[in-house]
Amino acid sequence: MEIAVFATFALLALASALMVVSHRNPVYSTMSLVVTLLSLAALFVLLGAPLLAVLQVLVYTGAILVLFLFVIMLLNVGREAPSGGTAKGQKIGAIVTAGAFGALVASLLWGRFVGFEVAPLTAEYVELQPLARALMSKYLLPFEMVGLLLLAAVIAATVLARRDQGSGGNRVG
Amino acid sequence: MSIAAIATLAKIGLWFAVLMNVAPIMVWVERRGSAMIQDRLGPNRVGPFGLFQSLADAVKFLFKEDLTPSEVDKPLYYLAPALAIVPALTTYAVLPFGPEVQVGGETVKLLVADVDTGALLFLALASLGVYSLVLAGYSSNNKYSLLGSVRATAQMISYELALTLSVVAALIPAGTLRLDDVVAYQQQGTWLGFLPHWNVFPQCIGFLIFLIASFAETNRLPFDLPEAESELVAGYHTEYSSMKFALFFMGEYMSMATLSALGATLFFGGWHFPGIDYTGHWAIVAAKGFTVLLAKITAFMLLFVWVRWTFPRFRFDQLLKLGWKVLLPLAIANLIAVAALTIGGVL
Repeated sequence: MEIAVFATFALLALASALMVVSHRNPVYSTMSLVVTLLSLAALFVLLGAPLLAVLQVLVYTGAILVLFLFVIMLLNVGREAPSGGTAKGQKIGAIVTAGAFGALVASLLWGRFVGFEVAPLTAEYVELQPLARALMSKYLLPFEMVGLLLLAAVIAATVLARRDQGSGGNRVG
Repeated sequence: MSIAAIATLAKIGLWFAVLMNVAPIMVWVERRGSAMIQDRLGPNRVGPFGLFQSLADAVKFLFKEDLTPSEVDKPLYYLAPALAIVPALTTYAVLPFGPEVQVGGETVKLLVADVDTGALLFLALASLGVYSLVLAGYSSNNKYSLLGSVRATAQMISYELALTLSVVAALIPAGTLRLDDVVAYQQQGTWLGFLPHWNVFPQCIGFLIFLIASFAETNRLPFDLPEAESELVAGYHTEYSSMKFALFFMGEYMSMATLSALGATLFFGGWHFPGIDYTGHWAIVAAKGFTVLLAKITAFMLLFVWVRWTFPRFRFDQLLKLGWKVLLPLAIANLIAVAALTIGGVL
């Protein structure tokens, strides 16, 4: 049963992730990413971390990807025109990324092989109250720094968006 | 099958049956209600009080020609109406409608999915509803539909913040994300000696924020800008006909019922009502709990209808201003106040 659920959602995640990068229409790519993230949420539940799964759905599928779609629709990006070739650094980038990913997987497998155990998730990472306590005490500084980073991004975005108003009078949009 | 499995199926079946009937009944209520408010009669010919009008409408929806415009993006065009009702149907899984009962020697909880993250799961599933509006507008290849979707996205994202913050504030005194524990918290004692221990009394501002945000989240007047018929023909579902259109309709009423149920559970004690005895045979307990919850949901729905036919529509900039500059700061202040009062031992 467990393996069947895992296989279903793992395959779904992989297939939709492939679709994200291969589809020509950005809306389809975004919707495939929705499927990928929902499948990952299902896998989180399977791993015994339902809180992570719910947060993933709430934050990524419920908010961030909706904004993706919003931007795509606002800019009215149509079907991507088939480009003549690949961009210059694209191949190198792909190789480096694939290599890094391969090394990560290999190190995990190697760790299993030589008997190095990966520590299982503790309550501090998966349960609501321990997680909240840890964020507010042990990890308070990084937590606040992330908050500051997001605030800086918001301010930067606002400044960029307002730049026109000084010179352009009350021109709209 | 074990008792637990049968009970789960029965609970799912119960919610499904109720939700499928929400739209036809509410359409009748809305038409008769609007008629009452505008001093008309409304549909009163088919069956007693015109009650079978919705049945006739349903038959009409099923047999009307299902047109698909030639230039639409077909997969997304077909997907959108289905996505309109799925989130609203799934959120009910975490909603309790009664206490624990004993069925044939086994303890059965009167909610479908007994998970620790109940309230968050509810919000997460409900937040997926926006995809149907977005995809419907995008795939229709129609500028009015697209404008409707763009509005829907901005509106729903903006008001989701205030909605979520007011929900979180309602969860704080109970100190849990489990909706059944929130209901249990609201059963202890009274406020000022005579009011039920419902969250709505100390958190009336939080409830007001929740209510306003849920009008925006369900695209109901005064915030129905995604389908503003005087500007956008019919908004995001302009190009839909027959049963596909009916699915959007059903989705709207179902999400109204969804948010009403959440409001009733968080702020009005859920399935519990002071003075009602919740002991005895499990079937009677479940019936009592479900009836009380349904009555509270109905009260919310009547308010939705009343407001729709009483207030004019907002302008879009007014809508966003209200969401970001009024409701959001108010919701944050409310959250901090509730947290402080809870720590101080007042709540």
